[in-house]
Amino acid sequence: MSGYTYRSIHVDLSDRSVGIVTTPEILCREYLGGRGFGAAMLSDAITHAYDAPELPLVFATGPLVGTAAPTSGRMSVVSRSPLTGTIFDCSVGGRFGTLLKRAGYDYLRIVGASSQPVMLEIDGDAVTIRSAEGLAGKTVSEAGQKFDASWSTAVIGPAGERRVRYASIMIDGHYSAGRGGLGAVMGAKGLKLIAVRGSRTVPVADPAMLTTARDSIMRLLRTSQAVFGEFGLAEFGTAALVDLMHARRMEPTENFRKTVFPQAGAYSGYSMKSRYRTKKTGCAGCPVLCKKIGEGKEVIPEYETVSHFGALNANCDLSSIVEANALCNDLGLDTITAAATIACYAELEGRTVPPAEMLQMLREIADRRPGRGDALAEGSLRYASSRGRPELSMSVKGLELPAYDPRGAYGMALAYATSNRGGCHLRAYPISHEILRRPVATDRFSFDGKARIIKIAEDLNAVVDSLTACKFVFFAVSLEEYAKALSAVTGFPHDVQSLFRIGERIWNAERAMNRANGFTAADDDLPARFFAEEGSSGAQIRVLPIDRQTFLDARARYYRVRGYAEELAQGEDGR
Amino acid sequence: MEKVVRKYLGKIEAQGLAHRDDVLFLARDADVYASRSAVGEERELLRVLDGMNCSALLYARLAEPYRSILDEVVLRDSSVAAEGRVFPRDAETRTFLHDIPVLDTFSADAILAALSKRKTAIIRNHGIVTFGAVTPEQAFIFFSSVCFTMFVKYFSDTLQRFRQGEIAGEALDAFRRIWQETERTCTVQHAPVLRSGVPADADAVLALMCEAGQAVVSTHLVDSCFGNISYGTDEVMYISQTGSSLDELEGCIDAVSLAGTSSVGITASSELTAHKRIFAETGLNAILHGHPRFSVIMSMDCERTDCDRERCYTSCPESRSVQGIPIVSGEIGTGPNALLHTVPKALRTAPGVIVYGHGVFTACRGDFQDAFATLRSIEQACMDAYEREVKTQKCERPEA
Repeated sequence: MSGYTYRSIHVDLSDRSVGIVTTPEILCREYLGGRGFGAAMLSDAITHAYDAPELPLVFATGPLVGTAAPTSGRMSVVSRSPLTGTIFDCSVGGRFGTLLKRAGYDYLRIVGASSQPVMLEIDGDAVTIRSAEGLAGKTVSEAGQKFDASWSTAVIGPAGERRVRYASIMIDGHYSAGRGGLGAVMGAKGLKLIAVRGSRTVPVADPAMLTTARDSIMRLLRTSQAVFGEFGLAEFGTAALVDLMHARRMEPTENFRKTVFPQAGAYSGYSMKSRYRTKKTGCAGCPVLCKKIGEGKEVIPEYETVSHFGALNANCDLSSIVEANALCNDLGLDTITAAATIACYAELEGRTVPPAEMLQMLREIADRRPGRGDALAEGSLRYASSRGRPELSMSVKGLELPAYDPRGAYGMALAYATSNRGGCHLRAYPISHEILRRPVATDRFSFDGKARIIKIAEDLNAVVDSLTACKFVFFAVSLEEYAKALSAVTGFPHDVQSLFRIGERIWNAERAMNRANGFTAADDDLPARFFAEEGSSGAQIRVLPIDRQTFLDARARYYRVRGYAEELAQGEDGR
Repeated sequence: MEKVVRKYLGKIEAQGLAHRDDVLFLARDADVYASRSAVGEERELLRVLDGMNCSALLYARLAEPYRSILDEVVLRDSSVAAEGRVFPRDAETRTFLHDIPVLDTFSADAILAALSKRKTAIIRNHGIVTFGAVTPEQAFIFFSSVCFTMFVKYFSDTLQRFRQGEIAGEALDAFRRIWQETERTCTVQHAPVLRSGVPADADAVLALMCEAGQAVVSTHLVDSCFGNISYGTDEVMYISQTGSSLDELEGCIDAVSLAGTSSVGITASSELTAHKRIFAETGLNAILHGHPRFSVIMSMDCERTDCDRERCYTSCPESRSVQGIPIVSGEIGTGPNALLHTVPKALRTAPGVIVYGHGVFTACRGDFQDAFATLRSIEQACMDAYEREVKTQKCERPEA
């Protein structure tokens, strides 16, 4: 098949060995790339602790990466999460995936650990492990400085080095492999930085067919208000969702005690665009360019970040939100978990954390300063548990929930629960149909039909993350168009259902790994708050607590659709 | 699931696409709900459903005139013989469905293979099969789209064949039957009377829009979830949400700030910007957009053959009209060739405009009466023009 280089890199940091291996054909056929590659490569090592040298850390591209297929400049980073203990993948943009492919490699697999900080340099055929002692303790921006624009970098900050359980890996300075703490896995291996560059072209089997597929995709994207509309992602970035979630009364506020934050307009997409005079930027090969940079080079935060450093912490100071985002990027922290852990702390303390203290706490966390910083570096679930109040961690499987209150979107509630990586919106992204009405609107306050819908979407997104494409384009495009693009690139006749079968295989492999680590139906659940407390009803919208039994019935239907007899037989306690 | 399926069966019947007894609608969450028992070869569809990652499957034998239209297209379209598929001519179907495979056999394997590549398929001498990846509603939308596109393609192609002297014998007999049935089921003249006057408040605006939307659907000037409607005020444009059905607008209208200070309009119709520009450039604040069939058909009736036909949809340089109604090019949504660059300008001097291969925009002030009347009159004029064109080709008028 075209679209693959059939060369990959295996690195063992314990003995500092580097091997170039042939990418197995069966891996390409059965797992596509990206997240799928990671799932396949982790399956026999997933029970290792996150800091065990034997645990692989995988950076994998997909078959579309480096081609003219729209939004294909992404890659996946995959390992076991220090935060959740689950298999964990992050789909991340920037240029790293594209340059890794252009350097001639499908994936990079790292095992072992170095007692001294090291960096990995991939310069086309030359793959070199170098000392990074001079970079120890440096921030992401400081560490990446020596590499010019011909390189792409993956860097951990002080948080990763100190194994903060939600440390991120930063790509090109501000694209974050953010969730789940894979930066701590990299830190445990003593790997501070990876730099890559390359200039090869990626072979495409049928360029004319790819042009046709690309034209279809672009035509569909232009029909989408959510993508290219005047209020869409291309104009405001994901912060376009601030006003919408506010209007739907489902913006998590004050650690999910409320669902409306009256001052949310202070950090809306419009407010940020006006104040920072933003311009568009984005990942390699993307026509949407949803990333926004201010006139003064400010990196404009994503929706989840503004909402969690905003409403979730009752903070309407836009400057502090933008600064918190910049600080997290530079220290190498996941913004969602960082903000949610601070909100959990605030509730436990019975107060609101003011903006200046919030910024100070981020530094304490990244440094694991003794006391509060070290305790919060464990994430909200371990922290709340240490204070005897685990129910105040708004997380699923230990992963803090993003900025969509599940009481306002029941498909989202179910998808949070069933997600293989914990409280994540991106596994099934039901916000697409429950809120954005794409590809078709569904009743957000109903579980009817949602078990099947969530299963299908989980499979779909496993494919998207393996291609590796961007989920946002699927507001407008379907797998039908991407199957054609993939067939054009690879020369292999993929179709929608064959891709769905691959997606299902990836999902089930992930689920099997979680079972191997002791996860049960009891872990497919939401925090008790959502079943007991009403959200902020008003404006003719009732945000009722989710009916517990209705949720459990929907989850049981999900298990039946999936064929998960094991979970179906388990009680609420997982036994 | 049963409630949803019943709703869309009702819509299929109301649109005259098929009788519910001729529809097999399968929908599932953990369990499968079937609108009726599968009989004979229809049992193959249960295998199809088993083989697909989807929520719903819809198969229907069509009602007249769609059944004959489908048969005629499958029988006479050159691309069916050459490539085993139909290439739609109208803009929306081209964009969203690309092309439609035609199957010779009613077998699970053939249907599965077709639906693994496309959203819908035609089964020769049987009907249409389609699916909903997320919800049963999608299956209904695709089904409705195929009926629409077959109608448009049949009448467009037939007009060309009349001109080329190719319609005779069985094809002429079929045309007469189809025309007779089309006239019989045409509802454009049986329109409800809309309320008049400027609405006093936001609730009155919404009520006005809901009423107008229902009228557009009941007169078959738009199908399923296509078309859109808006009403502008000093500060806000009220507009139907993307993917909403114009006959079910309650709770599906966005109030979009004209100052652009809020992004709640992210869920608005994909033609939001076109509506805003129409309002800004003409002052007309009650705007309707439908897909009347003969308007779409006649917009594509161009006798020039020396140009790139793909440009007809995006950037035709000709100044064209039908019955005095301007025809413009323009794609859906945004982009350099989007209709938002052509439609507002045309509406400065005309009460309505037809977008090539797509649909009609009409606009007026205060309430929707004039916009709706214009929409109907354009469609009636285009239907009359079509009939005249056929007669001009020395074809006797089909007797009613």
